[in-house]
Amino acid sequence: MELNAKVPDGPLAEKWQRYRFDMKLVNPANKRKHRVIVVGSGLAGASAAATMAELGYRVQCLCFQDSSRRAHSIAAQGGINAAKNYQNDGDSIYRLFYDTIKGGDFRSREANTYRLAEISTQIIDQCVAQGVPFAREYGGLLDNRSFGGAQVSRTFYARGQTGQQLLLGAYQALARQVGLGAVEMRPRTEMLDIIVVDGRARGVVARDLVTGKIESHLADAVVLATGGYANVFYLSTNAMGCNVTATWRAYKRGAAFANPCYTQIHPTCIPVEGEFQSKLTLMSESLRNDGRVWVPKTPGDKRAPQDIPEADRDYYLERKYPSFGNLAPRDISSRAAKEATDEGRGVGKTGLGVYLDFADAIQRLGASTIEERYGNLFEMYNRITAEDPYQVPMRIYPAPHYTMGGLWVDYNLMSTLPGLHVIGEANYSDHGANRLGASALMQGLADGYFIIPATIGDYLAGAELAPVPEDHPAVRAAEASVRDKTQRLLDVNGSRHVDSFHRELGRIVWEKCGMARNEQGLQEALQRIPEIRAEFWRDVRVLGSADTFNQSLEKAGRVADFLEFAELMCRDALIRRESCGGHFREEFQTAEGEAVRNDAEFAHVAAWEYRGDDAEPVRHVEPLSFENVHLAVRSYK
Amino acid sequence: MNLTLRVWRQDGPEAAGRFETVPAPDMSPDMSFLEMLDVTNERLNDDGKEPIAFDSDCREGICGACSLVINGQPHGPMRGTTVCQLHMRSFRDGDVIVIEPWRATSFPVLKDLVVDRSALDRIVEAGGFIGVATGGVPDANTIPIPKDVAETAMDAAACIGCGACVAACPNASAMLFTAAKVTHLGVLPQGQPERYRRALSMVDRMDLEGFGGCTNYGECHAACPKEIPLETIARLNRDFLVGSVAGRTE
Amino acid sequence: MNALGRFYGTSIGKKIVMAVTGVVWIGYVTIHMAGNMLAHVGPEAINAYAATLKSIAPLLWGTRIALLVSIVLHVHAAFTLKRLDRLARPVGYDRQRFQASTLASRVMGWGGVLLLVFLIYHLLDLTLGVLNPTFSHTDVYGNLQASLTVAWVAVFYVIATVALAGHLYHGVWSLFQTMGVIHPRYERLRRVVATVIAILVPVGFATVPTAILFGWMR
Ligand SMILES: Cc1cc2nc3c(=O)[nH]c(=O)nc-3n(C[C@H](O)[C@H](O)[C@H](O)COP(=O)(O)OP(=O)(O)OC[C@H]3O[C@@H](n4cnc5c(N)ncnc54)[C@H](O)[C@@H]3O)c2cc1C
Ligand code: HEM
Ligand code: HEM
Ligand code: SF4
Ligand code: F3S
Ligand code: FES
Repeated sequence: MELNAKVPDGPLAEKWQRYRFDMKLVNPANKRKHRVIVVGSGLAGASAAATMAELGYRVQCLCFQDSSRRAHSIAAQGGINAAKNYQNDGDSIYRLFYDTIKGGDFRSREANTYRLAEISTQIIDQCVAQGVPFAREYGGLLDNRSFGGAQVSRTFYARGQTGQQLLLGAYQALARQVGLGAVEMRPRTEMLDIIVVDGRARGVVARDLVTGKIESHLADAVVLATGGYANVFYLSTNAMGCNVTATWRAYKRGAAFANPCYTQIHPTCIPVEGEFQSKLTLMSESLRNDGRVWVPKTPGDKRAPQDIPEADRDYYLERKYPSFGNLAPRDISSRAAKEATDEGRGVGKTGLGVYLDFADAIQRLGASTIEERYGNLFEMYNRITAEDPYQVPMRIYPAPHYTMGGLWVDYNLMSTLPGLHVIGEANYSDHGANRLGASALMQGLADGYFIIPATIGDYLAGAELAPVPEDHPAVRAAEASVRDKTQRLLDVNGSRHVDSFHRELGRIVWEKCGMARNEQGLQEALQRIPEIRAEFWRDVRVLGSADTFNQSLEKAGRVADFLEFAELMCRDALIRRESCGGHFREEFQTAEGEAVRNDAEFAHVAAWEYRGDDAEPVRHVEPLSFENVHLAVRSYK
Repeated sequence: MNLTLRVWRQDGPEAAGRFETVPAPDMSPDMSFLEMLDVTNERLNDDGKEPIAFDSDCREGICGACSLVINGQPHGPMRGTTVCQLHMRSFRDGDVIVIEPWRATSFPVLKDLVVDRSALDRIVEAGGFIGVATGGVPDANTIPIPKDVAETAMDAAACIGCGACVAACPNASAMLFTAAKVTHLGVLPQGQPERYRRALSMVDRMDLEGFGGCTNYGECHAACPKEIPLETIARLNRDFLVGSVAGRTE
Repeated sequence: MNALGRFYGTSIGKKIVMAVTGVVWIGYVTIHMAGNMLAHVGPEAINAYAATLKSIAPLLWGTRIALLVSIVLHVHAAFTLKRLDRLARPVGYDRQRFQASTLASRVMGWGGVLLLVFLIYHLLDLTLGVLNPTFSHTDVYGNLQASLTVAWVAVFYVIATVALAGHLYHGVWSLFQTMGVIHPRYERLRRVVATVIAILVPVGFATVPTAILFGWMR
């Protein structure tokens, strides 16, 4: 397998335009003849499905929720970046591009990242035209905030519900096409395998979650927009249903999996309360604009926050990173919090938490201003913890949030399996080793509205695609393997429920392959994970049957895939002997505990090729060449 | 805390449902309501009984998946809160908690507490959008929009499509849901061209789906986790009236 | 016509028709109540008033036709909507805990039915006089005396006013919402207006049967 990125030549700023001029077009009459399946209806999937339908393709869109509007994108709070420079504070496409590359610790592909920044401005225009109610100033123009460590105000937002509003925009565009009959929407349908005919992705096998029916859906091209795999940690800020299943099964059909070890731990989440906890709740990063992060200076200081005098407080972010302070990027702030708690200076029942204090901000701006800015977030926090952030500082702790790793894609967003395209969080994408705040929504919509609708045409025009009969052996085989796997889950009929395995796996991955990793820990994980997997297949208990609505069965299938995926993730982390972005290897750090990158050996994308369940996967490498930026040490001091 | 659940169990859309009493001992007040159900389900599973089916995904009050009627109140006793954000603190030790699905002809029960809400999607498909295709749109700042207008739109756009309004309405009317969308798009300049036809076609669809009419009970607003204002219903009525008088456009 | 049909065919269309016809009736009952107050002044007053009204044929018949059409539409819409509402929720809740709706709003249907029954009786009694042996087309005062000195008739009339009160309390508030003519600024005012009408009109009406029953008016 060779990784050909197919990056168009020419100067960075002209690549996309040139590509669009050079690419093959499908004539309007023929578009109607082409059928495309989009798996996923999040920002990436919904915008792609809607736009391709507008262009004339026959589109089918699948999602596992009961409505396409509920995709996990709905939960995004903070905002979306765009190089509009409306604030006239020196922003530009190039600056957004540079910030994103640098934020990603120079582990992403220049051309893709630049294109992302280039398209960002069109996204905002599109969303406003759709009626997305972005925040505005009294003059009636769009408001911006600075977000996640950016030094310019380029983040557009709709209260604390930016993801919701953007997704509703895309959902409505999709609904319009469904109404026109151009898109066939299939909610409560879970994709479980890719159908490969003559080396090309020609459809998917999916399970109707209501009837349990296993069905094949054939097409000329398949687009995966199935989101991230942060739930491999069990506890994450992701929705309950988020999974690796779609991308993992694609991997097993020949799509290389890139940088699985790149995961993002978000610094501002509500700490874990107890065993029963099912997910972690994010407190928007925007809180760091006014909140000050601190812990007691002395370990084990159990005094109530208000009783701890200034002198005994350590505002460690302000101390370590004077120029960025509380706005230091996510990976950095998260790790700093971990250090503090590792030193026994953590706060709260569990000792796994740090304070995010608004006392000064309330002093300075008044409670009403703070309420105006964060009212709904404070309310959410109060609802969950029964503590009032206006009175006592919030307790926060890092939590798995986003996954930069994903299926490898070339410049056209096509995976190593011809015909299989991957967009949104599901691909390994433009964020390198760490994603900056408010750039995932941007990427999802850039991929969906503007990139894939163009590049898919280039693929369809270029490929000769003979119609695939319903009863083609490849189709039957795929169906059979899905049926078989589903049945096997039910047949184990052991004694433990699915969640107990997911929790166990999550704990290992969190401890050994979470905020900080080291050789020994990863070795242990690589030892443990197969054991848990074996235990799962020996002792899991899934009740009910395969041909009914069966939520335990859905969960079991997803956990089974996490149990396989987690191994690849640790494997990737083990081999990447450097610290970069979200991947912090304790062996590679400076005396002050700053990450040490190894550009000589690791300035590349690692893409894993599946070679069978018992065979070792093969690690392929796409070297990253930086012609427009020079690899700087990422310092936020 | 120790609780007793009276849960609606129903094997499938056609099957007849029944209430089942499930003990829920030693739960923590810090749990969310759904985590309490998770634990209950794990126990059921261990006893070889099928877990209780219920919808949920984001578990932070934004996706609109969770949909339980608790002691006769959609989303439970706490105002402006979804079930997934409801914590067991809101209950007392020894309580008997009755849990039912959304009940409406347009929301057929699929299993236990899970219903089919696709009728709401079809209302949106009928016109709940601004008909612009991707590309070729003007710069975002070409149309200034007064802050208060944007705020009104946002208030209505906050709807999460959970359907609690339907569940709460004695007439199982979808007015608040429909009105929220009509208001969100109808107050914005971008939404003007399709404003009246949107109201008309969405209402047609709403009726076709078999929802009841609105007699202004106001229960929907009280149950709405996003507290969508009743004023939106007045706006829908107005746009519908104007649209009908001005003559249908299609 | 087709446009009208489509309008009335929708749930909101029907609801708006109910509001408009409701307004017609509110207007009527208010004036009617005021007129009835003349009975307290004395036989001559009210009889003269009735005579003048009846002497103006267009006014009399105009009103009657308007009222008749309105009530027919109003009741038809009411019943068809109620049927839809029933069909929309065949299976109810174990026990629903209401949080916002007023009792008045929940008894609109039955209150209405009672009003309908009352109206029919009322017309046979005091307009057509078929239930009223000593009925005279000129002596309204006498007619009132004749039927309302019968205890149960008077009581029935008073009950009707109670039904009317409930109906107006929700109805007057509700119709603004239905016709989409509301504004947050007048939200409270709307409630006040509804309450005032819902008290004044029924109480005014009730004074007559009560007075006659207890013989304060003879
Ligand atoms: C709490 C939270 C807050 C965030 N805030 C921000 C923010 O402020 N700014 C920002 O830029 N980013 C933010 N992010 C990240 C961002 O929201 C996501 O990265 C992005 O929305 C992913 O979109 P997506 O379309 O790629 O995938 P998703 O939105 O996750 O959609 C995945 C879709 O795939 C479907 N699917 C998955 N598997 C299958 C299967 N096997 N079969 C069928 N369908 C399947 C699902 O049904 C769903 O429709 C946040 C993330 C979280 C968790
Ligand atoms: C409760 C006390 C009431 C009294 C004492 C009363 C009395 C009367 C009298 C005396 C007449 C005959 C007038 C005439 O023929 O010259 C009349 C007519 C009528 N009343 Fe009442 N009424 C009462 C309540 C109501 C109510 C509550 C309604 C409606 C809801 C109502 C509706 C009518 C109508 C429709 C007519 C016929 C008017 C016509 O001739 O066109 N009345 N009433
Ligand atoms: C006589 C038989 C009547 C019946 C069966 C009846 C029934 C109803 C019903 C079921 C409603 C629906 C409640 C709602 O939509 O809010 C209603 C509303 C209403 N009724 Fe009646 N009613 C009757 C008579 C009257 C009379 C005599 C009046 C006036 C005095 C009246 C005034 C109203 C008003 C104002 C509304 C509110 C409409 C709205 O909400 O927009 N009705 N009626
Ligand atoms: S209006 Fe409120 S209750 Fe109804 S669907 Fe929207 S959010 Fe849910
Ligand atoms: S409760 Fe029902 S009647 Fe109207 S105001 Fe709400 S929809
Ligand atoms: S689970 Fe998403 S709103 Fe409750």
